[in-house]
Amino acid sequence: MKVTFRIFRYNPETDSKPYYKDYEVEADPKDRVVDVLHYIKNEIDGTLTFRRSCLHGICGSDGMRINGKNMLACSILLQDLGYSDKDKTYKKPIVVEPLPGMPIIKDLVTDFTDFWKKYEAVKPYLITKTPPPERERLQRPEDAELLMEASKCILCACCTTSCPSTWSNDNYLGPAALLKAYRFIFDTRDEATDERLDIIDTPDGIWRCHTIFHCVQACPKEINITWHISQLKKKLVEREI
Amino acid sequence: MFATGGYGRVYRITSNAVVGTGDGFAIPYRRGIPLEDMEFVQFHPTGLWRLGILVSEAARGEGGVLRNKDGERFMERYAPTIKDLAPRDVISRAMYTEIREGRGIQGPDGTYYLLLDLTHLGAEVINKKLPEITGFARIYLGVDPLREPIPVQPTTHYAMGGIPTNVDAEVVIDDKGTKIEGFYAAGEVACVSVHGANRLGTNSLLDIIVFGRRGGKKMAEYIKERDFPPLPKDADEWTRKTVEKILNSNGKERVSRIRKELQDVMMDKVSVFRTGESIKEAIEKIKELKERYNEIKIDDKGKKFNTDLIEAIELGNLLDTAEAIAYSALNRTESRGAHYREDYPKRDDQNWLKHTLIYKNGEKEPVIKYKPVVITKIPPMERKY
Repeated sequence: MKVTFRIFRYNPETDSKPYYKDYEVEADPKDRVVDVLHYIKNEIDGTLTFRRSCLHGICGSDGMRINGKNMLACSILLQDLGYSDKDKTYKKPIVVEPLPGMPIIKDLVTDFTDFWKKYEAVKPYLITKTPPPERERLQRPEDAELLMEASKCILCACCTTSCPSTWSNDNYLGPAALLKAYRFIFDTRDEATDERLDIIDTPDGIWRCHTIFHCVQACPKEINITWHISQLKKKLVEREI
Repeated sequence: MFATGGYGRVYRITSNAVVGTGDGFAIPYRRGIPLEDMEFVQFHPTGLWRLGILVSEAARGEGGVLRNKDGERFMERYAPTIKDLAPRDVISRAMYTEIREGRGIQGPDGTYYLLLDLTHLGAEVINKKLPEITGFARIYLGVDPLREPIPVQPTTHYAMGGIPTNVDAEVVIDDKGTKIEGFYAAGEVACVSVHGANRLGTNSLLDIIVFGRRGGKKMAEYIKERDFPPLPKDADEWTRKTVEKILNSNGKERVSRIRKELQDVMMDKVSVFRTGESIKEAIEKIKELKERYNEIKIDDKGKKFNTDLIEAIELGNLLDTAEAIAYSALNRTESRGAHYREDYPKRDDQNWLKHTLIYKNGEKEPVIKYKPVVITKIPPMERKY
């Protein structure tokens, strides 16, 4: 089938402002969006710039906006976007844009500096105060279960950049960082719970989440991020009482 | 410390990330440091068809079985006792044999696959114990493993060989353990050789957790007593020249075309099955591609986030890494672990119980030397399944 990819282009070295460029390509409904991007870069226009690495939804580097929704270019087939062999040519293009609300470095590549700053802010590592035991710090399977879903996060930023609270407030920690905070606050081996709760218990921290659920819709790993954030809110309220 | 991962992208079908372009192998190789045991390339039997994405052994561990186009559980013929749980090299060869003998299934693009059947395991086992694997099949092939088998083919997975190191991740360049002072390597790019000719599942964690840690400790000790050495005046010369040459090159060759031809010839001639003949064909092709690499032209001449340029540099690394793999494989006239020579199908301890060290020799044929194998508790013996 023939489809048109309408791709957001911007090269700060040569373009005064961004524009959209159409590429008409022959594609298979079972092709992934990233396969077509590779085809365009390899065969038509080597200047097209995007991040990608593992190509199976583990590295989190090819988050982008595809037909208006944040997703991973490697984890979406054209047929899942509604394109099938039944129509030989599509009038409706597939629109590919960078993740919204982030500075653009070039084409589909965005600047993650602020995203990582907020990630760092929640101290995304185990903190312990007791001396290390002879062997590793153990956990019961049911305690590990509490972290299972949150641990699937690949830090692709699809959630944070889909969140209206993030768009309206530059200082908001955002869902990805809060999910990471959950992952350590609910870890039975971690010994910095109070310190961690203090970090998120601010107007620009967890209370900026208005339960809009965009993050849940955007997450390519199907993590119920809003539920995790609500558990943190409950924990904070319990601490107050 | 080089901790730069593997080189799976030398091959057409691989489980490795796109960044697995062998950079960490090619860079020291070009500077006269040998690479060890490069002929030992592990192919994992169950990559998703066409994509190479890994379907882990857990699927067969839970009772999944491989079937050919007649629905036959063919591993019963190749490894009667352990069947679908035979080692990766044994199953990969069995799958290639099935396809060669006409029992593979041909896809619309003309390539072949076999089937990984999980349908008898039931929803509970599949959803609870294998969620990631079944997710991959659903997302990438549109296949629901609860109801239909998953199309699979062997996929390039792991480099047993690499930069030779000792158990403290220090790079050693010959059979006497001569160190390159201050140079460390760990992870897949290194060859401590705990895996010998064929890594066992999960053991790659040793490269990271054990030897990465030991190397880190050793480095911390080493730098305590030392200051930075003076840099040579021309330290950046090679890089500057390479980048400038690529940016200004006005040839007619496309990077992606050369890369694809390399991946195809390595997949077809130097993969699960090899012969002296097939490897020689690959070597000739690599020579041709290296010539053509001098004639490339890239579209993006910019200085900002230039992935067109990076891919061109990576292609140079792929070509040198492929050279080291192919010559090492040609040289070893026996079959051992993941290295299977159809013209020398037996293991030959008399002549070949030794590690390969391959040294780059300019544009001429590489030089091959050896180092002895250290045998500890378990002596090598014939594998029977």
